Amino acid sequence: MLNFSKINTLIIYLIFFSVAIFSSLNFQNKDKKYIDKKINLGLDLQGGSYLLLEINSDSLIQEKIQDKLIPIKKILKENNIEYSNFKINKQSLLVEINDIEKFDLIFYSRKDNLINPYIDNYRSFELSYKKKNKNQIEINFSKFGLLTINNSAIKQSIEIVRRRIDDVGTKEPTILQRGEKRILIELPGLKDPERIKSILGKTAKLNFRLVSENDEFGIDKLISENDEELNVSKRIIMSGENLIDAQPNINNQNNEPTVSFTLDRLGAQKFGRATTDNIGKRLAIVLDGSIVSAPSINEAITSGSGVISGNFSFQEATDLALLLRSGALPTPLLVVEERTVGPDLGEDSIKSGTTSLIVGFILVILFMLYKYKIFGLIANTALIANLLMLIGFLTILEATLTLPGIAGIILTVGMAVDANVLIFERIKEELKTEKSIIHAFDTGYRKAKITVLDANITTLIATIILFAFGSGPVKGFAITLGIGIITTLFTAYFLARHLSSLVVLNTKNKEIKI
Amino acid sequence: MMNNKYNFSSKFKIANIFSLVLFVASVLFILFKGLNYGIDFKGGTLIELRANNTKASEIRTVLNNMNVGDVNVKKFGQEGDFLIKVEQKENDGNKITSQIKENLSDNLNTKINFRRVENVGPKISSELLQSGIIAISLSLAAMLFYIWIRFEWQFSIGSIIALFHDVVITLGIFSVLSLEINLSIIAAVLTIVGYSMNDTVVIYDRIRENLNKYNRLNISEIADLSINDTLARTIITSVTTLLALLSIFILGGEILRGFSFAMILGVIIGTYSSIFVASPMLKFLKVTFKTLEKEEEKIVP
Repeated sequence: MLNFSKINTLIIYLIFFSVAIFSSLNFQNKDKKYIDKKINLGLDLQGGSYLLLEINSDSLIQEKIQDKLIPIKKILKENNIEYSNFKINKQSLLVEINDIEKFDLIFYSRKDNLINPYIDNYRSFELSYKKKNKNQIEINFSKFGLLTINNSAIKQSIEIVRRRIDDVGTKEPTILQRGEKRILIELPGLKDPERIKSILGKTAKLNFRLVSENDEFGIDKLISENDEELNVSKRIIMSGENLIDAQPNINNQNNEPTVSFTLDRLGAQKFGRATTDNIGKRLAIVLDGSIVSAPSINEAITSGSGVISGNFSFQEATDLALLLRSGALPTPLLVVEERTVGPDLGEDSIKSGTTSLIVGFILVILFMLYKYKIFGLIANTALIANLLMLIGFLTILEATLTLPGIAGIILTVGMAVDANVLIFERIKEELKTEKSIIHAFDTGYRKAKITVLDANITTLIATIILFAFGSGPVKGFAITLGIGIITTLFTAYFLARHLSSLVVLNTKNKEIKI
Repeated sequence: MMNNKYNFSSKFKIANIFSLVLFVASVLFILFKGLNYGIDFKGGTLIELRANNTKASEIRTVLNNMNVGDVNVKKFGQEGDFLIKVEQKENDGNKITSQIKENLSDNLNTKINFRRVENVGPKISSELLQSGIIAISLSLAAMLFYIWIRFEWQFSIGSIIALFHDVVITLGIFSVLSLEINLSIIAAVLTIVGYSMNDTVVIYDRIRENLNKYNRLNISEIADLSINDTLARTIITSVTTLLALLSIFILGGEILRGFSFAMILGVIIGTYSSIFVASPMLKFLKVTFKTLEKEEEKIVP
């Protein structure tokens, strides 16, 4: 075990240096980077906000099933199927029909099926139905229909969340899908997530609807910005989808902040027609079910642009414009987890983490020197090499260093010497019976190998499980500890062994003490 | 051969009784006193703030007036730092933290620096608890499996009992001291599992080797011999690990304190259990050199 061919020696040091050199990249000048790789600091160290949002697809499904009502009625009429007692029951439709067999044929038709499209990806129809009673059936979305709705809702939500966050202008945001219904957002450096939360907390569904006493589409009673109760028609003249731009403005006459908007061609047409036909009436601008303002229509607006005023502060006007520009979220988003670390706590954590790392490192090094003298020096050299390789690997992977991650490094320092301790203790034992030092070292390294491997693999198993199940900072801990085990094995079994061989082979006498 | 060495096996019995008492007491504490779950596992809001001219009682009054549910305020680290925990009432994650922050800013007549604000909804917290339990169970199962492959089943049982012992007693101490169980404690427990296993494996390796070497000795003598053979290593590694951990515990700041405390407990208990739980288990399971015979070729490297 002590014979190293030249080529082996070369390979060992080549591996060491090529990994360790990466650790230096973290000390590059910010403006002049040769290779743009570095260890990223986790939110707990640099400060920032972590938000986990969940879409609420229940309301969306209710909406979508309601949208099916009219087309289904139509198709039943067209095919002369008699129906009665059509009811909406949360996420399903209940109806009594006379000819279920005929209905089944139409419902599950693969050709031009407008009410129940076939989803090729999943080989399934969007809707399914089951018999409740003799004549009554219940129609709801199939498993894959729900999945399709959910998937498109989450994709759309992520897109809109991204637009809104980019619009606010935070640096380097991370926006990812987590699981089927969640969106993970990381906003490094953000001190206060309240504005972001309030912007993401609104679906921003904008409608223009007429105020009228009675209407064939039905009426909602809504409270206006001046606290009057208004009857607003359910008919939507135009919705936020037709907006192509919105900007905050200041009204020249009274210095009131307003939001001006521009409509697309279709929107301009609809808006123009509605305002022409309804001069003198009031138009309610409804955002997420409440009235922003309800001005009277004084003249036809055919230019395709308009102004919303509604007792805004300038900040509110800015945010409303932003929301309108980015479009409406398909469902409300709920903040299910929030973690914000202020920048000064992050700095404190870096400081205390680094201090404890340095102190722990020095304590271990001194202890090993005291215990093993010259071989302690070897173990310590291996330990420093280990640390450099660990940091090198973290840099190559551009891993995220968290506070628990720093703890993982310190723990690696404490546990890394174990491999060398195992080996040295084994050699000590061999020296008791073995005359030849070289032989004792050889046997020591050989016999300790299995133990060292077993011992480290058990820790590695725990680490891998931690990595798989841990979240955020804990994952950072698992990464450093896991990589630490690998670099430990390398430095103990190759670097330290080579150094030991140099010492042993060059000390020809038997004066070696371990 | 056995001169100058400690006779561990004579202490096995008393140690086992001691362990059993601790284990049972821990289980009782965990069951009846319960664990002090942090917001990670219980849901709720946590706020760490720094304000120079205020008292914990003032903060408490402001929050109680808000009627947000169970409130816990305590000093945290240096003077002027406070940690506030508010129990989850219902999932109103979009507003609760901003309301609390607003109220504190308005009602305490001092400048407040919100150093850390966390809110975990009930769904997430139950998921985190679930995945924490799965992670610990899975790691125990993985260890059981690994040892079963590398050794005989008796070793596997012995080591897993030692691991259970370590995990349960560590959590028992956390229950007695009402220390908070959060995500980092789960990380600590998993690391303890790894460390304790590591320690046990080193002794087991030696027991296996000595069983092959000295087939005249009985398992107690073999265990004694093996523990003594590896004792220096056991102590030195524990010392270096504890040095590193103490450094985190003392200098690493408040956030890492619970984690490092759990680890320190775990390292001490784990070292103890490798010697006094894992080794006697082999005697209890009637391991002799014959146990190894079937697979001898596999074992010798």
